[in-house]
Amino acid sequence: MDGFVSIRNLQKFYGEFRALKGINLDIAEGEVICIVGPSGSGKSTLIRCINRLESFEDTSEIVVDGIPVMPGKSLAKVRAEVGMVFQSFNLFPHLTVRRNVMLAPSRVRGLSTTEATDRANFLLERVGISEQADKYPEHLSGGQQQRVAIARALAMEPRVMLFDEPTSALDPEMVGEVLDVMKDLAGTGVTMIVVTHEMGFARQVADRVIFMDGGEVIETGKPDEIFSNPKEPRTQNFLSAVLNH
Amino acid sequence: MEIIDTFFNVEVLLRTYPLMLKGLWITIKLGVVSIIAGLALGLVLALIRLYAAPPVQLLARIYIDVFRSLPLLVLLIIVYYALPFVGISMSSFWSAMVALTLVSGAYTAEIFRAGIQAIPKGQFEASQALGLGYRHMMVDVILPQAVKIVIPPLTNNSINVVKDTALASVVAMPDLLKQATQAQALAANPSPLILAAAIYVTILWPLVAAVSRMERRIGAGER
Ligand SMILES: Nc1ncnc2c1ncn2[C@@H]1O[C@H](COP(=O)(O)OP(=O)(O)OP(=O)(O)O)[C@@H](O)[C@H]1O
Ligand SMILES: [Mg+2]
Repeated sequence: MDGFVSIRNLQKFYGEFRALKGINLDIAEGEVICIVGPSGSGKSTLIRCINRLESFEDTSEIVVDGIPVMPGKSLAKVRAEVGMVFQSFNLFPHLTVRRNVMLAPSRVRGLSTTEATDRANFLLERVGISEQADKYPEHLSGGQQQRVAIARALAMEPRVMLFDEPTSALDPEMVGEVLDVMKDLAGTGVTMIVVTHEMGFARQVADRVIFMDGGEVIETGKPDEIFSNPKEPRTQNFLSAVLNH
Repeated sequence: MEIIDTFFNVEVLLRTYPLMLKGLWITIKLGVVSIIAGLALGLVLALIRLYAAPPVQLLARIYIDVFRSLPLLVLLIIVYYALPFVGISMSSFWSAMVALTLVSGAYTAEIFRAGIQAIPKGQFEASQALGLGYRHMMVDVILPQAVKIVIPPLTNNSINVVKDTALASVVAMPDLLKQATQAQALAANPSPLILAAAIYVTILWPLVAAVSRMERRIGAGER
C-alpha cells in the first residue's frame, strides 16, 4: 500500500454488470487528481467507493490514510476524513447556510455551538458566502449553493476531498466561481480527487489526470502528457471529441 | 315547531349538557392519548420496515397490513371481550386506547415510510459522506424534512382517530356518543344526539379545513 489513498483491484458489480473492472490506483497526500472519461465509464462509481457510498467486492481493497474502507467502526473514521461534493449540491434545505456547515462538526467532532459557529463563519468567508449565512439554500444561486457545499465538507477538516462533477449542474456563468474556490483549495495541501468535464481546470490544476473508460483506467499521466500527447487511442478519441465540440 | 321541539329541544339540552361535557372530555382524552401513542408506534414501525434486518422488516410489514385490514370495531371487541379470557382485562378506556393505537400505528407507519422515502437520496448520501451516524442522520436531516411532508396525512389520520373514538361507546365507555345516547333515552328526546353530532363537527371541522389548506398549498408548489 503506497498511497495516501490506495486502491487495489477495485471491482464493483451492479447485479451482473461489472461497473469497475479491477482498478489499481495510488494517490499521494496533497495530490490533485482529475478523473475524466465518457459517460458511464465508472468515474462516479470509483470515487463513491472511496467513502463507501457504494459497496464493493470483498476481494477489493481501499485504504485511506492507513484506515481500511470497510463497514463498521473504521468506516466512520474514513468518512470523517473524506469530504465529498456532489453534482447536485445536496444541501440540507431545512437548515440555514450556516447550520448546514455547523451540523457535522458539532455532531461528529463534538464541537460546541460557539466553536462550530466560528468555524462555519470562517469557511463561509473563505468561499465568499458570508453575506448569505442566515439564508436557506433555496434562496441561493447554484454557484453559491455549491460553494456552501464545499464549505460544509471542509468544516470536517477532511484530508481528502472528493468532487463528483461539481460544476455540471451549474449555469455556465457560475462555473468559474466554483472552480476558483477549488483552485484555492488545491493550494492548501488537501488531497483532491475531482471527476470533471472541465478540461481547462484539469489542465491547469491537476497534478495527474486519469482517463477512464468502460470501468477501467485507460491512461494516467501529467495533464500535459494526457492532453497534448495521449498514447491510447481511446483517450485520443475522447479528447478530440470533447475538446473540439 | 314540531321539528325544533324534537331535535333542538332547549329544555332537554340544558338538562343534559353537563353529561355531554363529561363525555366530550373523555372523547378528547381518548383521542389525544391514542393519537400520540399511535404516532410513536408508527414511527418505530416505519423505521423497522425501512431499515431493520429483512426478516424483522417482514414482521413489520405483516403487522402493518394486518392492522390496516382489520375492522377497528372487531379489534375493539376482541380486546375488550376476548382478551380477559387469557387474563388480560382492561377498562373500557384502555381497551379503546389500545385498539385505536394499534390501528393508528399501522396507518401512521405507512405515512412515515412514504415521507421518509420522499426525501431525495442525495440527502442520505450527503449525511453519510459528512460522517453523520444513523441516528444523527435521521434526527437532524431526514425526519425534520419528512415531518413537513407527513403533516397533512398525519392530521387526516388524527381526524379519523377522533372519529373512531365513537366506536368505544359499544364497549360501554362513557364518551360523547355514549352520553348522548343515554341522555336521549333518559329524556325520550333525540336532541342530545344532534348536539353530539354538532360537537364532533365543531371540533374536527377546523382540522379538516387545515388539511385542505395545506394540501392546496402543497399542490400550488409552495413550501
Ligand atoms: N445504481 C446503479 N444500478 C445499476 N447500474 C448502475 C448504477 N449506478 C451506475 N450504474 C452503471 O454503472 C456504470 C458506471 O456509472 P457511473 O455513474 O460511475 O458513470 P460515470 O462515469 O460517472 O458517468 P457520468 O459521466 O454520466 O456521470 C454505468 O454503465 C451505469 O449505468
Ligand atoms: Mg458520474
